Amino acid sequence: MNWEEIFIALPKLWDGALVTMELVLISCLIGFVIAVPVALMRASNNWWVSNVPLIYTFFFRGTPLLVQLFLFYYGAAQFDAVRDSMFWPIFKEAYVCALVVFALNTGAYTAEIFRGAIQTVPHGEIEAGIAIGMTKPTLYRRIVLPRAIRMALPAYGNEIILMLKSSALAYTITLLDLTGVTRTIIARNYLAIEMYFAAGVIYLLLTFVFIQVWMRIEKRLMRFQA
Amino acid sequence: MKKIAIALAAVIGLGVSMANAADKLRIGTEGAYPPFNGIDKEGKAFGFDVDIANALCAEMKAECEIVAPLEWDSIIIGLNKKKYDAIVASMSITEERKKAVAFTDPYYSNNLTMVAKKGANIDPNNLKGKSVGAQRATISANYVTDNMKDVDAKLYDTQENAYLDLASGRVEVLVSDKLPAYDWLRSEQGAGFEFIGDAIDVNDKIGIAVRKKDDDLRMKLNAALKAIVANGTYEKINAKYFPFSIF
Repeated sequence: MNWEEIFIALPKLWDGALVTMELVLISCLIGFVIAVPVALMRASNNWWVSNVPLIYTFFFRGTPLLVQLFLFYYGAAQFDAVRDSMFWPIFKEAYVCALVVFALNTGAYTAEIFRGAIQTVPHGEIEAGIAIGMTKPTLYRRIVLPRAIRMALPAYGNEIILMLKSSALAYTITLLDLTGVTRTIIARNYLAIEMYFAAGVIYLLLTFVFIQVWMRIEKRLMRFQA
Repeated sequence: MKKIAIALAAVIGLGVSMANAADKLRIGTEGAYPPFNGIDKEGKAFGFDVDIANALCAEMKAECEIVAPLEWDSIIIGLNKKKYDAIVASMSITEERKKAVAFTDPYYSNNLTMVAKKGANIDPNNLKGKSVGAQRATISANYVTDNMKDVDAKLYDTQENAYLDLASGRVEVLVSDKLPAYDWLRSEQGAGFEFIGDAIDVNDKIGIAVRKKDDDLRMKLNAALKAIVANGTYEKINAKYFPFSIF
């Protein structure tokens, strides 16, 4: 183990870790915003309302993230119509492409997690809401969503951790996230084991910190149970 | 005691026969660097590197197996882990790589070149602020990171992905090995592009990588290489791919 080289590489690896954190944070935030309405639609009793968003969640849960990235980044850029469109200056950027794909991907998983949680909100609580004359939006805002999100927390935390690790694919479209930086460094010093070891430790560290924060959120939101 | 001796002999005998089975020379190549190495529709490796490897094997009268495709980033690691015995994958001989593997005599030479869109009017001597692409873990990538400090450098995992982004306009200039770039310019995708500036001489010699301890194999390959250059086999393979000598 060449500790000196690991030490030299650390500042660069940390820069990569910052890119990774940024990607995961922003894509999970956007993913959450996508997931809530999609989950509500998916939980609807109306066949059309529940099955139209299924096309979206089915595609993003049913294909590998790498394929989605390549289709969006390399694939779409092959068409003149895409390159001549007003959106090209934005989608030209690898960073934007990664964010969009990651957000849509995690949004699809999160939506299904939330749908499951919404459907397990105890029936009695919903009936109680209806009984005291709550309108549907109030019912969802006060009873269904707060209950569902609390129940979804453990699974949702898991999804964010999976996203953190999936974000390692960003390097395939030229981004210098933690994995991208690691591979770039290895290309020069050939210390694959040392550099992957260091990167692995940083990923573990990020996960560890995230789990601590997430447990606090869970504890706080579930404090009525204590 | 006798039984143990017999068992021991059996084990040793088995060891010997296994060593024989492994005598087949396994040659690794990347398979994503046409015309030097690529994978055809049937999944078979083809290209200049593969032809040279087969010619060397024929010359050495050795039985060979081409191992492809391989990840370029970890191709040296695989060699040292004995997943294959030699790398014939257009690998440049560099001091950095010599720390990890041993090289045969060069079997061809390469210059770097810059590629840009025809009529893009890019001054090769002033690339400040331009987006410049190259394949990670190559001499081109090292050249970009060492000599082009004020550009927006983008590194790709395969040359094919770098070409895709050059074609889509995400990168304005591609720094690449000259010979495969020459092949790309003649393809449909590369038709609208051209070399810009002079070829960049980086004293880039291409050799076959073997494990440091395999000096025997290295000597054999060197001898075979000399032989195919002398008997005209090399020239024939060269002419199949380029109208000029690349030795």
